[in-house]
Amino acid sequence: MLDVTKAPAPLVQVRGLKMYFPIYSGLLRRHTGDVKAVDGVSFDIMPGETLGLVGESGCGKSTVGRALLRLYEITDGKVVINGTDIASLAPEALRRARPQMQMVFQDPQASLNPRMTLADIIGEPLDEHTDWDSNRKLARIYELMDAVGLNRRFANRFPHEFSGGQRQRIGIARALALNPRFIVCDEPIAALDVSIQAQVVNLLEDLQDKFGLTYLFISHDLSMVRHIADRVAVMYLGRIAELSPRDALYARPLHPYAEALLSAVPEPDPTLAQTRQRIILQGDVPSPANPPKGCNFCTRCPKVFDLCRQLKPELAEVEPGRFVACHLFSNTTAVGSTDALQAKEHNQQGDNR
Amino acid sequence: MADGAAPVLDVRGLKTVFRTRGGEVHAVNSVSFHLNPGELLGVVGESGSGKSVTMMSLIGLLPSPPADVRAGSVMLGNRDLLKISAEELRNVRGAKVGFVFQDPMTSLNPVFTVGNQIMEPLMRHMGMTKAQAQIRATELLALVGIPDAAARLKSYPHQFSGGMRQRVMIAIALACDPDVLIADEPTTALDVTIQAQILELVKDLRKKLGMAIVWITHDLGVIAGIADRVMVMYGGQVVEQAPVRALFSNPQHPYTRALLKTIPSLTGDRAARLQVIEGQPPILIGAPTACPFRARCPQAFARCESENPDRRSLDGRPVGQGHDVACHWSPRGAHA
Repeated sequence: MLDVTKAPAPLVQVRGLKMYFPIYSGLLRRHTGDVKAVDGVSFDIMPGETLGLVGESGCGKSTVGRALLRLYEITDGKVVINGTDIASLAPEALRRARPQMQMVFQDPQASLNPRMTLADIIGEPLDEHTDWDSNRKLARIYELMDAVGLNRRFANRFPHEFSGGQRQRIGIARALALNPRFIVCDEPIAALDVSIQAQVVNLLEDLQDKFGLTYLFISHDLSMVRHIADRVAVMYLGRIAELSPRDALYARPLHPYAEALLSAVPEPDPTLAQTRQRIILQGDVPSPANPPKGCNFCTRCPKVFDLCRQLKPELAEVEPGRFVACHLFSNTTAVGSTDALQAKEHNQQGDNR
Repeated sequence: MADGAAPVLDVRGLKTVFRTRGGEVHAVNSVSFHLNPGELLGVVGESGSGKSVTMMSLIGLLPSPPADVRAGSVMLGNRDLLKISAEELRNVRGAKVGFVFQDPMTSLNPVFTVGNQIMEPLMRHMGMTKAQAQIRATELLALVGIPDAAARLKSYPHQFSGGMRQRVMIAIALACDPDVLIADEPTTALDVTIQAQILELVKDLRKKLGMAIVWITHDLGVIAGIADRVMVMYGGQVVEQAPVRALFSNPQHPYTRALLKTIPSLTGDRAARLQVIEGQPPILIGAPTACPFRARCPQAFARCESENPDRRSLDGRPVGQGHDVACHWSPRGAHA
């Protein structure tokens, strides 16, 4: 954990990030609405930190990851990475900024070109961003293969000759090629078998220690996020419901959605499974094209009350370092700390941890 | 459940081989198990461990060629499903054995209404008229917790969410009141909160209907919450079989133990580093002559290379009845 007194500047600062995908309908293909995939998300990531981003499918977690690297043209908001606002960079400047931020994708099968050899795949970022000669590039490729635990003899093989876990190592080596500072890991283990997942997660942790990397780790696997993340953001329908330090969140989730989500994870312990009280949420996630009025969780929330259906709760610091977007915590009479109202005024995260 | 009751399903020495250009792949190798009335048997394993192929072999769902069910017997009641004709087998599928697949989108037909698809087995197997089938289909949809069931019969699969579609799949599988329900990773494609809903539904249906279920999954957490007995598969074989509590509290096969250690916990101490199972799952070409786990096993010794271990009982009860394991290594006194 980081020291409060001399807190370093965050490497990644996201403010009010919005990503809307337009809906065109009717005969004239008129713009009739938006899918609000991400609707006002703010967070910081400190250098060397791993921020876990969890939520169910369709909550916008992958969209956040892609928008951060400007793989989408974002609708609104700021994404400052290492002092530069990525969201407003001109194309050429953006290209020069790309080496510092990279991505590891979910499906290692689909994200590797089947016609390129392993050396071509790992070397492609070097072709694009450096003017190195081929010997220097090859040396770097070998170095990267060593770092991710791939045998150098495989350099001229094709992706289909590798297993899922090895393919994910190729994807990681490619992401590391240009010495990035920040890597978005978008469900990097979701497509892998249980016994292979641990190998890849350990590799990611080793690389983080070795190269001082900062991760945004997107996953729906809450127990794996508990293992790898320092802080965790829980997303629901395009917004952050809770952002808390890992141990605090898992010990005592504050937002009713975070609580329900954690209680829904099956624990590999038959005795515990029988005694544990589970919160079974009713219904499905509403459509992000037509989110409910007020709090977006109000249609499924077991603790819903009148205010929730009228007013959208803002993400506010309710305990030191813990941010929750819920009316239960937003006034002094409700559960939560007494300075919640004050904290609500400055909606900044990570700066007074 | 009760020991004395005759099992509803009894599988002995099942062998399934796929003929490929690279050689014969022994996907299922001498798998034996039984299912007692009202019991839920969990089958755990990674992709390629043979868990789905085993269940598909039982009811003739594998295309042949390339698949070839070589040996064994599958007794459903007093009939051997491997010996009956294709026509008889078709009468068993859907009527006596219900199947729920992993992906509810691809296993429902997108051009027929949901009602149509629930009514089909009722008219085919139970000889119901359309009107009777419609009434029963409404009951079934209500049973699996779909609100406004009568109206939803006219909906198409794309009008349902993932969790709702899986409920429809369950309704179809239950339509003819089968003796055995085989659920192949039914919640893997679903989100955790929806998975929790489906697990609750299945627990509830078991109480109401009391059918026997085989539940295939790679998620040990799901198994812990729902199964009575667990069978762990690796490399096309059953490596360990035990009542659920015994398996989690006293795992004996090195693979089971390693598997339980690789999953990070949601509660309790957080390990600084995850335990890993080094290496890759085996390639099953050629008849197995050695233990499939030997290359990744921390306890492997010479005999594991030369001889494929048989399942042996750990608690004195016949293999398949209590706790058994297929491993040469035996810690003295590990099990009473």
